[in-house]
Amino acid sequence: MSEIAAPRSSSRARKLKGGGRNRSGQTNFELYSWLFMRLSGLALVILVLGHLFVNLMLGGGITALDFGFVAGKWANPLWQVWDLLMLWLAMLHGTNGLRTIINDYAEKDQTRFWLKALLITAAIVIVVLGTLVIFTFDPCLDPNSTLTVCK
Amino acid sequence: MPSKPAGTLYRGREGMWSWVAHRITGVGIFFFLLVHVLDTALVRVSPEAYNEVIGTYKNPIVGLLEVGLVAAILFHAFNGVRLILVDFWAKGPRYQRQLMIGVGVLWVVLFVPFVIRHLTHVFGG
Repeated sequence: MSEIAAPRSSSRARKLKGGGRNRSGQTNFELYSWLFMRLSGLALVILVLGHLFVNLMLGGGITALDFGFVAGKWANPLWQVWDLLMLWLAMLHGTNGLRTIINDYAEKDQTRFWLKALLITAAIVIVVLGTLVIFTFDPCLDPNSTLTVCK
Repeated sequence: MPSKPAGTLYRGREGMWSWVAHRITGVGIFFFLLVHVLDTALVRVSPEAYNEVIGTYKNPIVGLLEVGLVAAILFHAFNGVRLILVDFWAKGPRYQRQLMIGVGVLWVVLFVPFVIRHLTHVFGG
């Protein structure tokens, strides 16, 4: 049996306290994180490529994007759910990816801690802001709106 | 003269480079996503504020950056699917090479029509 002489995460992993441990005394967090990257990645392929196709390929593409375009899209609950799912999955996927990169390249515990604190703060702000925007969007903010809801 | 040690730098081939590219594109896409949520949030400020900022996306230089963004997204997406197949499909590891070629082919097939259409929009007025 081969054994890794000094796995980098062992001292940190051993310090972890709390439930949800496997037989070796470590949590399964990294396993779930690995699985989440694959599952969310698969969903994001559909969500993001669909988003790019509808916004950049159909109609006037980038030239057609304006407030009215967003209002038209979010008048349809399908696009609200689409964008909400895309926001949450992309942010969790991206945040977890950056967490891995920080763990790989930031050697000092202090540096890791502060980089991850900054990352998680930014992620929470963006997810909360984006979610609020989708749910509180008011198409009639545009006085020239031609949407039927605004008449 | 003792010869210099060979060094310990791992020099993988396609596998290593696709891993490096997956990281670089991932980080790039993540930072764009942060900006993109912030610019979209302007729809809660006013139609004018949103339209003005979205207007910068129609600028030719930014239009070219969008081509780079989509190139990165398409690579990250298909390379990610390749990783999933290698991890979960029993025959995945045996078809490493074919999967890598598949990523390249899919990338070209989706990227070329996108570039033509997008640059027509950006530069076509």
